[in-house]
Order: sequence, then C-alpha cells, then structure tokens
Amino acid sequence: MQITFFITALIAVISTIMVITRLNAVHALIYLIVSLLSVAVIFFILGAPFIAALEVIVYAGAIMVLFIFVIMMLNLGAAASQQERTWLTPGIWVGPGILVVILLSEVIYILANSDHPKLNVVVFGPKEVGISLFGPYLLGVEMAAMLLLAGIIGAFHLSKRKKQIVHRFLKEVSE
Amino acid sequence: MSGIPEQYPLFLAVLLFLLGLTGLLVRRNIVFMLLSIEIMLNAAGLAFVVAGARWSQPDGQVMFIFILTMAAAEVAVGLALILQIYQRFKSLDSDVLSKMRG
Repeated sequence: MQITFFITALIAVISTIMVITRLNAVHALIYLIVSLLSVAVIFFILGAPFIAALEVIVYAGAIMVLFIFVIMMLNLGAAASQQERTWLTPGIWVGPGILVVILLSEVIYILANSDHPKLNVVVFGPKEVGISLFGPYLLGVEMAAMLLLAGIIGAFHLSKRKKQIVHRFLKEVSE
Repeated sequence: MSGIPEQYPLFLAVLLFLLGLTGLLVRRNIVFMLLSIEIMLNAAGLAFVVAGARWSQPDGQVMFIFILTMAAAEVAVGLALILQIYQRFKSLDSDVLSKMRG
C-alpha cells in the first residue's frame, strides 16, 4: 500500500510540474488530467472511494472539458506558444521559485520535527458521506446550491457578446 | 490496514499547493493562471481528505465536495471572464489588463 502511494505521489508531482512549465495550453491540460487522476488514486488509498470517483467525474471530466472548450474558442496557435517562450525567462521564475522553496523547507522542517501516528484507514463510502452531507452540513449544501446558481448567472451574463454596431459613422462615434 | 504515516499525504498536498502557487506567480497567460488556481484548490481538498482520514471521520470528504462545488462555479465565471478579455483586448497577457488600474 505504501509503495503504491509513493508511486502515485511521484506521478502527481511530476505531472503538475509539467503543467506549469508547458507552453501549449492543451498539453498542460492533458498533464493536469494525469495529475488529477493520480490524486484520485491517492483518495482511494486514503479510504475515500466516493471522493475519488467525484474527482474523476467532476474535475477530470467536467471542469477540464470546460477548459478545452474555451481553448478551442480562443484558437491559440503556434504564435501563442512562441509568445509564451519569450515570457518564461529565468528572470521571471527565479524569484517566485526561491520563495516557494523557502516555504517548502519550512513545512518539511515542521513535519519532520513532530511525531506522527500512522493512518489507520477506514473506508467511508457514499452512504456515510451522504448522511453527513445531508445531516449536519445541510446548510452548507444549500449555500453551495446558491453559489452554483450565482455561478451560472455570472457565466451567462459575462459570456454575452457586446452588440455589434454595423454603421460606420456610429462606430466612429462610439469609439 | 495501510501503514502510511500521516505526514506523507500532507506533504504531497503542500507540494502540489506550492507548485500551483509557483505557476500562478510565474505565468502571464490567464488560462495558465486559472489552471494553477485549480491545482491549488485540488491540493487544499487533498489536505481536507487527509485530515478526515486522520480522525476517521467523513467530514473531510464533505469539505472536499464543497471545494469541488466552489471550483466548478469559479471556473465557469473565470472562463467567461477570459473569453470577454480575449474579445476586448485580443490578448491573454495579464499585463495588458494593467490599464484597468485607476
């Protein structure tokens, strides 16, 4: 079980590094799907099979399909990845990289200097999660429903195209 | 059942979160910045599930479902914003938008 965890964690980290270094957006998306699938395997190892299924269906399925649709609508070509190459110079990523390495070393220090018990994994299926979700967390479910409604309305409102003015004199005035 | 010490999955969550943070700081393309935010949200959800497994409670999984809902709503609005920005400025460079500052 432990060796499975380490292999999956390694795949997750490598594919996430590939996501943030790719120049082409579609390549980054494919690596992100690999990363999400490996995190789903880790959820399964940690005794959360329902969450693993949700991760595959909602994250790797629905949200990534949204990204792919938008990238298709934007129609980015070879020029875009050439532009990305000029943006990703070492001067840009060295500063944030150093800061992040400092944060990471702090967390390693804290986690290494405290004693931890081993996880005794208890598997919680959809039944237990559902009982907890619709019992003590019912208010949260309703708030999540309101959030999704706001998301739908916001996305609909934002994605409406501006009315095109066809008359050339009107266009000059409006600009 | 399995003998994973609890700091290893937490360590993985921190690593994924920091990778997402690096991507957010380094990239200038808005699509990549939104992808990095997705990585960070996913890592936060992983930390919640690890904590739930630590105390043998399903609450961590419930929190992951809420994070999933929030990520879906955020991505819908964020991608609509990206489409609007691309139509208006013909660019995905986040520095182009700095003309919005007062």
